[in-house]
Amino acid sequence: MPEQQRPEQKVVEPEYLLLEAPRERKFITGSQAFAEAVKRANVDVAIAYPITPQSETMHLVGDLYAQGYVKDYYRAEEEYGAMSAIAGAVRGGARAFSATSGPGLLRGLEAIVSWPGHRIPAVLGVMTRVVNAPLSIQPDNIEIAYLLHSGLIVLHAENQQDVFDFTLAGFAISEKVDVYLPVVVATEGFFVTHAKGYVDLPPDDLKLPPRDPYKAPVPPTDCEIPPARIQRDAPVQKSNFMSYLIHAVWQQEVWSSNRRAAKWIKHYLGGLIEVVNPDAEVFIVASGCAAAQGREAQRYATMEGLNVGLVKVKSLRPFPEKELREVLKNAKAVIVPEHNIVGWLAKEVKAVIPNSGIVVDGPRVYGGMTLPVELIMDEIYKAFGIKKERKTVV
Amino acid sequence: MKRYNIRIAGVGGQGVVTSAHILGNAMAAAGKYASLVPFFGSEKRMAPVEAYVRVSDQPIYEVGEVVYPNVIMIYHPQVITHGKSYTMPFYSGLKEGGLVIINSDVDIIPDEDKKVLEELKARVYMIPATQIARDIAGTELATNMAMLGVFFGITRLVGLEYIEKALIERFLGGTFVASGGTTALDSAIEKKFKKKQELLAKNMEVIKYTMKLAEERGWVEEEQEQVKT
Repeated sequence: MPEQQRPEQKVVEPEYLLLEAPRERKFITGSQAFAEAVKRANVDVAIAYPITPQSETMHLVGDLYAQGYVKDYYRAEEEYGAMSAIAGAVRGGARAFSATSGPGLLRGLEAIVSWPGHRIPAVLGVMTRVVNAPLSIQPDNIEIAYLLHSGLIVLHAENQQDVFDFTLAGFAISEKVDVYLPVVVATEGFFVTHAKGYVDLPPDDLKLPPRDPYKAPVPPTDCEIPPARIQRDAPVQKSNFMSYLIHAVWQQEVWSSNRRAAKWIKHYLGGLIEVVNPDAEVFIVASGCAAAQGREAQRYATMEGLNVGLVKVKSLRPFPEKELREVLKNAKAVIVPEHNIVGWLAKEVKAVIPNSGIVVDGPRVYGGMTLPVELIMDEIYKAFGIKKERKTVV
Repeated sequence: MKRYNIRIAGVGGQGVVTSAHILGNAMAAAGKYASLVPFFGSEKRMAPVEAYVRVSDQPIYEVGEVVYPNVIMIYHPQVITHGKSYTMPFYSGLKEGGLVIINSDVDIIPDEDKKVLEELKARVYMIPATQIARDIAGTELATNMAMLGVFFGITRLVGLEYIEKALIERFLGGTFVASGGTTALDSAIEKKFKKKQELLAKNMEVIKYTMKLAEERGWVEEEQEQVKT
């Protein structure tokens, strides 16, 4: 690979780049917002395999490579290869970015869920897409459920601005010594990635400091060092209390690290949740695009004189357990709109509050359909005991 | 809060997605708000295409397709006559008191649909957009401009200077790519017009004409009446 012309960018601390630098408003797509974050993140290598609706983002990251903002870039053989190569590159000391969608994510999942245990700080964009049959390219987000139990830090972006902020902050958070885990920035395909929104951007002649691979809580784990060692040694791999113990402490440490990310998410992104109207009687709790629809419903309900609040869950892992318990303690009903059939967020919310009976399962849309604000309004009316009729023909 | 949730239905090659972008960019140029989502299957001429645009003077949060529009624009009569649409019937989800703008020189709405539209107190306006495009710009490819002109003429959301700004961004900006097919189509149009400047001027002429048309037909007053209620 020939030496590239590297554009001049001044290295600044993540605090300055994310929290203090002046910002200019642009009207851009979510894919562009991902690329704008990568452009300022001093990324060494980007590796991916194309899939709709992720392709546009990685195409734009490829452009960044051509312009010299990213040092290396290639299209892998498929997602398993892409995600394994990301792990290799990060072990080698590089800062890495990849992105995928739906079926691509599940193809790469075996490698991805091993990243936290191998302590691979990387950032992965997930542009959601249907994975269950009948297959489509639309943004059903059931795939996020598969990510919640692996130790990954999972942020869920509501809009293009979140995509930029979460991705840029993701690099800083993932490499903190007390975290040192991969960060997933998920957002709904098309609705965010292919739609334009206002994004306030810091100057592009600034970038994060380069990755310092020696600032790590563990040495790069290869097959000579525990815990990977137990993958290699057949006698140890079998029933052996030493291997169970190693696995237990190692995964406990992964999940402790995951929880420790909370303070950095608060530091860079203002909290694990955002609350609109904390004194509300009825709350909408939502993440990603559903939070955007919920925000609109909260506005309309307020215009109609109904005391409705919104809790946007920005971080799915670590999950804001205490925060949700506190904000929902006086809620009469909790509406959880979702873009999937299993209702993974509703389950999460139910699991952390003492009175799970107040949680309304839905509204939900499937197969990547849009979530009409009208459906959330219907649930709000029901919660307040208001009878309304809709005249429209659908 | 002035808010329009628009569904545009047309067929491939008519510039449905392009005009949705222009609509959004004109709002952005005027410092207002817009969000849009294009929706198409495999890209080909005469295949159904839909685009959804939300425009407002206030920030817009919601995303995705517009299921309950208050404005429906039909760029091609076949959307109604042949059911060339992802949403059937063409008025599905239309909110009470909504606006339907149809490109047709003859009344193509079946009686049973008319009944529903009356119950919804919908205002249904028909204009021969393709004929206007042919007469003024010399090409039916400016049909989308004629439709945009009617919409802006009725709603008065942004001044002409911002519409022109959005057109310049779209046709002279050079960085925008809606899709591979659209880019190829652009160069076909460009050849036809020889110069981009000329293309821009013709498009503006079409827009101005249909804006005036909306005013002459009294659609602007009817819209102001609706906004009041």
